[in-house]
Amino acid sequence: MSNAVTLTTKKDWMTDQEVRWCPGCGDYGILQAVQFLMPELNVPAENTVFVSGIGCSSRFPYYMNTYGMHSIHGRAPAIATGLAVARPDLDVWVVTGDGDGLSIGGNHFIHALRRNINLTILMFNNRIYGLTKGQYSPTSELGKVTKSTPMGSVDAPFNPLAVAIGAEATFVARTHDLDRKHMIETLRQAHAHRGAAFVEILQNCNVFNDGTFDDILAREKRPSMMINLVHGEPIRFGNDNERGVMMDSDGQLRIVEIADMGEDRVLRHDAHREDPSLAFALARLSHDDHSPTPFGVFRAVSRPDYGSMASDQLLQASSKGPGDLAKLVRSNGTWQVG
Amino acid sequence: MRNIAPGRGYGGAATKLGLNFGGRVHMTDVAVRSGREPEALHDVVVRFAGDSGDGMQLTGDRFTSVSALFGNDLSTLPDFPAEIRAPAGTIPGVSSFQVRIADHQISTPGDAPTVLIAMNPAALKADLHHLPPGGTVIVNSDNFDERALTKAGYKVNPLIDDSLDRYKVVEVPMTSLTEKACAPLGVKPRDAERSKNFFALGMISWMYNRPTAPTEEWNRTRFAKNEMVMKANEAAFKAGYNFGETTELFAHSFSIAPAKLPPGEYTQISGNTALAWGMIAASQCAKLPLFLGSYPITPASDILHELSKHKNFGVRTFQAEDEIAAAASAVGAAFAGHLAITSTSGPGLALKSETMSLALSLELPMIIIDIQRGGPSTGLPTKTEAADLLIAMFGRHGESPLPIVAAYSPPHCFDAAIEAARIALKYRTPVILLSDGYLANGVLPWIVPDVTKLPDLSVEFATETNHTNEDGTEVFWPYVRDPETLARQWAIPGTPKLMHRIGGIEKEDGSGNINYSPENHEHMVQVRAAKVAGIAKDIPLLEVEGDADADLLIVGWGSTWGSIKAAVQQVRATGEKVAWTHLVHLNPFASNLGEILVNRKKVLVPEMNTGQLSLLLRAKFLVDCQSISKVRGVPFTAGELTVHFTKALEEIR
Ligand code: SF4
Repeated sequence: MSNAVTLTTKKDWMTDQEVRWCPGCGDYGILQAVQFLMPELNVPAENTVFVSGIGCSSRFPYYMNTYGMHSIHGRAPAIATGLAVARPDLDVWVVTGDGDGLSIGGNHFIHALRRNINLTILMFNNRIYGLTKGQYSPTSELGKVTKSTPMGSVDAPFNPLAVAIGAEATFVARTHDLDRKHMIETLRQAHAHRGAAFVEILQNCNVFNDGTFDDILAREKRPSMMINLVHGEPIRFGNDNERGVMMDSDGQLRIVEIADMGEDRVLRHDAHREDPSLAFALARLSHDDHSPTPFGVFRAVSRPDYGSMASDQLLQASSKGPGDLAKLVRSNGTWQVG
Repeated sequence: MRNIAPGRGYGGAATKLGLNFGGRVHMTDVAVRSGREPEALHDVVVRFAGDSGDGMQLTGDRFTSVSALFGNDLSTLPDFPAEIRAPAGTIPGVSSFQVRIADHQISTPGDAPTVLIAMNPAALKADLHHLPPGGTVIVNSDNFDERALTKAGYKVNPLIDDSLDRYKVVEVPMTSLTEKACAPLGVKPRDAERSKNFFALGMISWMYNRPTAPTEEWNRTRFAKNEMVMKANEAAFKAGYNFGETTELFAHSFSIAPAKLPPGEYTQISGNTALAWGMIAASQCAKLPLFLGSYPITPASDILHELSKHKNFGVRTFQAEDEIAAAASAVGAAFAGHLAITSTSGPGLALKSETMSLALSLELPMIIIDIQRGGPSTGLPTKTEAADLLIAMFGRHGESPLPIVAAYSPPHCFDAAIEAARIALKYRTPVILLSDGYLANGVLPWIVPDVTKLPDLSVEFATETNHTNEDGTEVFWPYVRDPETLARQWAIPGTPKLMHRIGGIEKEDGSGNINYSPENHEHMVQVRAAKVAGIAKDIPLLEVEGDADADLLIVGWGSTWGSIKAAVQQVRATGEKVAWTHLVHLNPFASNLGEILVNRKKVLVPEMNTGQLSLLLRAKFLVDCQSISKVRGVPFTAGELTVHFTKALEEIR
């Protein structure tokens, strides 16, 4: 609203509310990263809104000194849609979790992406229901033993990124709660994207699902298990950058030793490709928590966002002047009596 | 045939063509037939019935519009088929439109038609029971072939046995006459057949001396892009008109003089249109942009359609992925500072329940429009009922009172919308606005409102901090209330310094901080209830119509208004005393309702449900309110209510 944005610091974005996540929860790191990022974005706090649903992650708005709404389970994308469509001038963030966003709110999630509503959607994926004390979630692995699945889950999990890409998302990225720098960089790009930007943040729930991502995210494992996607760069990783991703003649992506295949066979990441098949294939490269997993921006393409198009229609409709109520109530034709 | 002029035409031609009128033209009163002067009537009820594809709604609409422009008072009752794609020619596929036109003020579409136009055997079978003995039925005899008869379930052609002996039957081969009329235009019979409703319209227009120019004009505009259809309609319309004029099938035509309505500029309006316009008006009065979140559902979709047309008023319509998202998007828009509404019908209202509770807990203004239909579940989507009163009242979890406003006539939907917005904005609460399928689609004349005289609904958003923390920092507390209304302050995003968080979790009054303490929760439950209860001070006192001190009191709400009004008039015309009050506010009730209810020998509550208002009245006032219930998908007739009222009067005599 104001033109001159006053410089803020991380502290300006914090509230006086006591943060109530379990000690050691990955959510703290995410909150920190977001509060670090906000001053850089040059958006006044009063023009920023955080909307959440229900779940551990959804406490988030209480800790941000912005406008915020802690709503009901799964509905944050729908509420944020109304907010963003009504007020294109606002910077609207959605904070959700794997249960909130993919289970009870799955419908709103996919439709917000499909419509390309101007939102930045952060999904804290800890693959468990934390707030309700440990039931399996739609991203929990098959066979997972939880309170509601004592003999192991027989529910096939969702791959959040693949769901998002399937739902026509224009910006899809993955980061994790242990790397503040990577989080900040990813969120910065997500925020800069016009339209719906979706970021999956792998988050450790140290109480109900501790170490679920350890095989990938433990510090010593990261070089060999994390594939860092950089637009325009060859997709390679490994302790000595010795491995790469290539596409086979059958269209399948494979992880290969570069020494065996040659540099030129390594795929170059193209996040801006209109066709989502590469992003989709990358999203599905890892089928479990024990194999190399891509991080970064999978897809960032531009498509008009719903709110802007809706606003354009309003402008267009008003081009002949604003509505005239006196005319409207006579538009069915009138007649005079007496 | 290119130069068809009024006064020349088809009747003769039809006869010469040797068309078979069945040999049983039942209009046998030769003496009457010879008189060709229009006979003046005070009141006529015409019912158009045909297959869904026959254009009966359009025909009825046109007849209504012309009569409105002519100056009659009128009331309509569209009756849509229950199944959208029922097989052609079957009874479930029958679509009807009843319209009553009068030279005096009326409030109902008539208990029974004077004339039934049946375009096929199914329409005759489905709707004949509405027609009283002696009534006129005009059938499209072309459609009474064996196949059509079988589809409608007739073993014997009713036109040749004696089953219609109690009626005046006029058989008109509408299809073939229409085809003949269109042939010179080069229209193929199959295409021409579609214009047969215009033939019927022409015939009825002649029968009731309706001006023809407005219909022709409308046809020219409506079908400007499809010249063939336009010309075929025109030819069919003229042919129908001339058929009436020329043939001796009809004894004579009738005239219904303009009604002596209170002077003013009139238009005609359906409930859904009035409701949509009322919302636009409310947004103008509030100086807030209007946001509608909606999901298609019968019979509420027309509100979405209508509002979508008026973007030049700054109206944003959002067709959501489901009913919940429709309500949720409205919550988001309300938080953003818009006049936020969501429209639906019963099943959708059930889905919105949790979101309404959120809005209630957030104490944000919002309007939930429920166009009631027959339930439960899918129920009777196209038929009317008013059985959502209790879900509106209680259909949320926890202690969650909400104001409820109910419209009582199509034009009143406009006022009810403004009233719902007034309460929502002033008290920062979701409001449920009830209408029903009958109001939604029914049409009444309406004195065009003077839009400069509409109430000022403007709201003041918070712009200043309202609390100083211990450390001296100035902050905004979202739950600081107006002591009079108990409404909380409304600060919208974009307002510097007033950043705040609200949520569905129980919060502390004032600060809005999460607070689970027992005392606080009890306080908040009470404060939310007191806020809604306090609205009673701010709504108009109920008026009692008829004989204020009568032993018999009728309490009505919603669309029963028209039938109750007519029935009360009829009973009072016999010298009996009846008092009647009609509720617009169902929660809270107007503050004088208790006084009105007491000291009566009998209180009757006619309702399109099984006694929901009477239950509430009994619970609140301990008065023996007796329910008159109807859940047949159609409104009460005035006659039905007259019988009930008269019986009650006898009981207390
Ligand atoms: S339950 Fe798990 S996700 Fe929730 S706050 Fe505790 S550690 Fe974090």
